[in-house]
Amino acid sequence: MATVTATAPDTRTFAGTAWSWITTVDHKRIAVLYLVTSLAFFMLGGLEALLMRLQLATPEADVVSAERFTELFTMHGTTMVFLALMPLSAAFFNLLVPLMIGARDVAFPRLNALSYWIYLFGGIFMNISFVAGGAPNAGWFGYAPLTDTAFEATHAIDFWAFGLQILGVSSILASINFIVTIINMRAPGMTLNRMPMFVWMSMITAFLIIFAFPAITIGLVLLIFDRYIETSFFIPEGGGDPVLWQHLFWVFGHPEVYILILPAMGIVSEILPTYSRKPLFGYAVVAYSGAAIALVGFGVWTHHMFTVGLGPIADTAFAISTMAIAVPTGVKIFNWIATLYGGSISFKSPMLFAVGMVSMFIIGGLSGVMLGSPPIDAQVQDTYFVVAHLHYVLFGGTVFGLFGGIYHWFPKFTGRFMHDGWGKVHWLLMLIGFNLTFLPQHMLGIDGMPRRVHTYAADMGFDLWNMMSTVGSLMIGFSFLIFIINALRSIRHGEPSGSDPWDGGTLEWTIPSPPPVYNFAHIPIVDSRYPAWDIKRGGGHTGAVATAPEADAEADEPDIHMPNPSYWPIVMAAGMVLAACGLIFHQAFILLGAVLFAISLIGWIEEPAG
Amino acid sequence: MTAEAHAHHEEHHSSTGLDNRKLGMWAFLGSETMFFGSLILVMLINKHNTLGGPGQEVLDLVLTSFTTFVLLTSSLAMVLSLAAFRNGSLLWGRIWLGMVMLMGLIFLGGQVYEFTEFVTHKHLTPSTNLFGASFYTLVGFHGAHVGIGVLWLGTVLAYSWRGRFQPGMDMWGIELVGLYWHFVDLVWVAIFTLIYLI
Repeated sequence: MATVTATAPDTRTFAGTAWSWITTVDHKRIAVLYLVTSLAFFMLGGLEALLMRLQLATPEADVVSAERFTELFTMHGTTMVFLALMPLSAAFFNLLVPLMIGARDVAFPRLNALSYWIYLFGGIFMNISFVAGGAPNAGWFGYAPLTDTAFEATHAIDFWAFGLQILGVSSILASINFIVTIINMRAPGMTLNRMPMFVWMSMITAFLIIFAFPAITIGLVLLIFDRYIETSFFIPEGGGDPVLWQHLFWVFGHPEVYILILPAMGIVSEILPTYSRKPLFGYAVVAYSGAAIALVGFGVWTHHMFTVGLGPIADTAFAISTMAIAVPTGVKIFNWIATLYGGSISFKSPMLFAVGMVSMFIIGGLSGVMLGSPPIDAQVQDTYFVVAHLHYVLFGGTVFGLFGGIYHWFPKFTGRFMHDGWGKVHWLLMLIGFNLTFLPQHMLGIDGMPRRVHTYAADMGFDLWNMMSTVGSLMIGFSFLIFIINALRSIRHGEPSGSDPWDGGTLEWTIPSPPPVYNFAHIPIVDSRYPAWDIKRGGGHTGAVATAPEADAEADEPDIHMPNPSYWPIVMAAGMVLAACGLIFHQAFILLGAVLFAISLIGWIEEPAG
Repeated sequence: MTAEAHAHHEEHHSSTGLDNRKLGMWAFLGSETMFFGSLILVMLINKHNTLGGPGQEVLDLVLTSFTTFVLLTSSLAMVLSLAAFRNGSLLWGRIWLGMVMLMGLIFLGGQVYEFTEFVTHKHLTPSTNLFGASFYTLVGFHGAHVGIGVLWLGTVLAYSWRGRFQPGMDMWGIELVGLYWHFVDLVWVAIFTLIYLI
């Protein structure tokens, strides 16, 4: 029988516990899986960065070879973007979206598990390359013709190309799931105009993913054809055009930047009001600005290609659209500042991270406007100025925002606080380390130090800045260790937090921590943007939200029908990734993968959804 | 999978009144527009990129017009099938569903013939030039979509003998494959117009 019984696995044994995680379709547990996996990859990507910084600490150092260095910067970028930050955002989508909109799960629980397992196996698949003949080494954007077999005959690029295809499937499936969940599963009264800002940003991110990823999918398909069946899409000798790759990549790649930052913006838009005890200032404008950023984000991609030589008309047009995108971004920042204004602010660690995100992101945004001007871009193209800019946006913006989110919602995941004092130490060390790492890189860039080169000569004026940068990066690494120890310790020994430690305004704070498997004993009825505040302040709807779910949870439990666990998602994901292995190692894997996929597809269809 | 399970699912709360699966399908097809949009753009860029080899002139307009006609007609059969199932006529529902599959297979057959003809007689392979590479990629991916559609229709047809799509039941299984099928048809209209006709 291709069905799983509803009996819960015995979680008292290790095997039972493992099985319960493998077969879980509960969005909260999948969120934990995403969180743990993405933090592991974040650590891996961070170690890659540290190796690079050690190599660059002194001129003409020999910590890693030039070949290894190209692998490191390629895998650092790829890992951080696709394996660390996007999935870390996905952890928040998974945990928060159903809780914030008053739903019991996502629209397609098994599909959700499938997205996770594809991500995990895809990430492992890509990193196997380190021990299987060489890691990808053409940069995270894999510019043609570096990726051509003429320049890279090993499977390094194939790992990258197939790996990204696999991860793309995971992202698109997850996004479809969250679009449907957000559009279709909101609690009664939760109109679009009352959705928490994080849910708004999640929805916009999901739309960005489903519309942006197909472009890189096609680019990678053509690249794979170039490498496997001797087409020449990107090879000039065969009439091909390497610039076509750049277009396909950046049509995806620029929206990707917003895919990485919008969730963090959503998190900050939840944290700032909570710790200022004020509603988000200009709610509607913040939401529309997010949508505007996403929309304009599809029309700015060639600002990554100003020095390609597309001509003054194209450069001008894309410079204008790039400058234009600063407007909705600036609007958001002013709204955040206005949210703080006059608020009764408490500087707990989540708040510090949120404020850090806003201020660091402003610096990254300003250097972004500079780079949006073609004459300036032509000067600093491919220098450390660009590295500094992108890290101010993606580290200063995204990483600070996401860490703030972890501190803020850790009590909701676990029922316990993370240690606030150590959280502040983490924040301070990370803030100083981050600025020490990347502020000097602006100078390096203006002085002309090229990025992606494994070393530099002494007496170029680069020595001091590079040493500062390396010291800073070690501080970041150290601050991350503090975070990990704090988190691990707090899971068991943290101070119990209760269900609503921060006086939150959104629905997830109205239910116990950690939330019961069914989330809401009664589906709440919503009539404002901050339903939990309404209840606590004595106003608002007297309906379902107001009844204490803890009290009658026991009585209600049998009536709430939750989806059954299923092992088909992990089998299907394994089938897909095995098939990709077959294209690199041995054809037999393709057959094996296809068979697994077919079996799991049938099993999936036949299985009662519960 | 029991009818009760499905009926139960239908009762679930939905903010828009639309079925989750249908909404998910729309989101997926939205993503597919960008997928085929990128492929079509690559084809248009390389339309005359022949390196002096075979190009657009190898396309057989007569044959493809016929298979295009068949594929477009299959959308009508798809609509009729859903209507028949909804009206409680399992027999006609199945007949029209079979017709959709048959027409899909005729279209695929035409494509297989076309590809073989190009490779063996017109000496156009994916590695000949970029016209060939883009053509086989675009039309091949579309063909794969039609193929998956035929398999899916076959599955739906089989389930009509396993207690699904009986009178009075929900029809989302047919509606989903129908949405997909119409989309694949629509994409072909764009491909036929842009690649074959102009």
